[in-house]
Amino acid sequence: MSGGSLKLRGVVRAVLGDNIDTDIIFPGRYLNITDRELTAEHLFELAYPEIRAAIRPGEFILAGRNFGCGSSREQAAAALKFSGVGAVIAGSFARIFYRNSINLGLPAVIAPEAASACAPGDELEVDLAAGAIRNLTRDRAVAAAKLDPRAVELITAGGLIAYLKHKYAA
Amino acid sequence: MAMTLAEKILARASGRDTVAPDEIVVARVDLAMSHENADLVRKSFLEIGAPKVWDPSKIVLIFDHRIPAESEKTATTHKAVREFAAAQGIRHFYDVGRGGICHQVLPENGHVRPGMVLVGTDSHTTTHGAFGAFATGIGATEMAGVWTEGTLWFKVPATLRIEVEGEFRPWISAKDLILYLIGKLGAAGADYRAVEFDGSAIRRMTVASRMVLANLSMEMGAKVAFTPVDDTLLDWLRPLVPEPLERIAPDADAHYERVLRIAAAADLPEPQIACPHAVDNVKPLSALGDVPVQQAVLGSCTNGRLEDLEIAARILAGRQVHPRTRLIVIPASQRIYREAMRLGYLETLVAAGGLIAPPGCGPCVGVHQGIIAAGEACVSSTNRNFIGRMGSKDSKVYLASPAVVAASAVAGRLEHPGSIVKESQPCLAEA
Repeated sequence: MSGGSLKLRGVVRAVLGDNIDTDIIFPGRYLNITDRELTAEHLFELAYPEIRAAIRPGEFILAGRNFGCGSSREQAAAALKFSGVGAVIAGSFARIFYRNSINLGLPAVIAPEAASACAPGDELEVDLAAGAIRNLTRDRAVAAAKLDPRAVELITAGGLIAYLKHKYAA
Repeated sequence: MAMTLAEKILARASGRDTVAPDEIVVARVDLAMSHENADLVRKSFLEIGAPKVWDPSKIVLIFDHRIPAESEKTATTHKAVREFAAAQGIRHFYDVGRGGICHQVLPENGHVRPGMVLVGTDSHTTTHGAFGAFATGIGATEMAGVWTEGTLWFKVPATLRIEVEGEFRPWISAKDLILYLIGKLGAAGADYRAVEFDGSAIRRMTVASRMVLANLSMEMGAKVAFTPVDDTLLDWLRPLVPEPLERIAPDADAHYERVLRIAAAADLPEPQIACPHAVDNVKPLSALGDVPVQQAVLGSCTNGRLEDLEIAARILAGRQVHPRTRLIVIPASQRIYREAMRLGYLETLVAAGGLIAPPGCGPCVGVHQGIIAAGEACVSSTNRNFIGRMGSKDSKVYLASPAVVAASAVAGRLEHPGSIVKESQPCLAEA
């Protein structure tokens, strides 16, 4: 995994509701897939197959509160990352998903207003360290939380594995 | 400074005198558990490149999600984990036929003690708060970090205290209580929080019932959830745990973010059901009307223990599962399987037309052993009813207590156990 950038620009692929659970993101029947790259094939397979079909690298998924609730399955975060999702921007995140996401180097941005202030197709500019989102299409700022320094460190390193690998190689 | 149970355990595990909510601490991990996803952990661990795990005696591996292997792919990952465990000297490995569901196998085999920090690559790791452990779920890559370093960072959670007083009505169980609370607080109602349960109604509960509360607290987002460390718990643990047991408790003047008081009888007049497709979509049974069910599932890390099989056997004794309904029973562990056999519960359940599946997660995660078709409904003692959780995206799962599952199996529709068994019987086994 290569290091991640802290400044992102991309298009909103989808705006989802509250409590998007990990079974919706990645169905339990595929949990025996342990090659992270292959998880992308089943992203949103049961509930939103059209998102998987349409998603392009660097696009954003927006959602309401408690994104990623449910199972601890890391494949949920992996399926998003390896589908090329640039960041998930949600009102709030379930805690295990949030940690999984940052550990895999997938930016998870807390922005309570984002789902109501943006629509599919909008172009956004996201500054992870500053906690700033700009909706370029609508020419307006959207409040976001800063990523904490530990998360910034992991995103910059390209995830926890890369971070620890570097530590153990040193 | 006075501390809650979560604060006390994290302070000690991070070598501090006190900690307060929102502080970040790095805690030593006392136990690291994984199931089949140990294969993901293994891959991340090998990528990191550390030669050996930090302490093989503190890692426990248990197969439960796909046992026996349902596909060649799973057989291959099982084999990889077995070989890794052998190579790393991980002795606490519970293979097919030796264990059962991870959250039952851990305490049954004396791995869990009050005051420990326990992480598992399974969200329902919160179950072990019933043993006074700071126990929470993490992802596979994070676990690879634990296998490497034996530590993990935590944000100290604020604590929500839930006090439940009084006696439950007949047929009302710990499952009804926790479903009621999830409905009341919502799927994110305890997000990032620790939960402490206490009160006379909790202290009278068996250890198995307390595990239901800690287990399902995850479904309101809890990081950890504790029930009291009291004589009931210590008497249960003593024969299983060689190490000394600590009667750890929160300080009397600890600070709680919120205290919720529940009256067992008044707040829970009837069984609670989590309706499709969210665990917080909770309604009292009488509000649901006529809901036919094609499948009834009794099992899982939430409700597959001996008292759950016992109540089902009492309801199904001398009766038959409804012709339109399939009943699948899954004892939570090999040990519970044997006990239920010895006590005749399985005989009763099989005679009624139930199918016994091997101790493991069964159909709960939608892999095997009872997948449901489009248009079908299942009443289940499990813990999640998300879209497609148990099969088709057009199927429905209703979460309920073991008593309601058994009664519904007889009726072929969602049913109150009191309508099947006429004599009034308390549902809750007391400690």
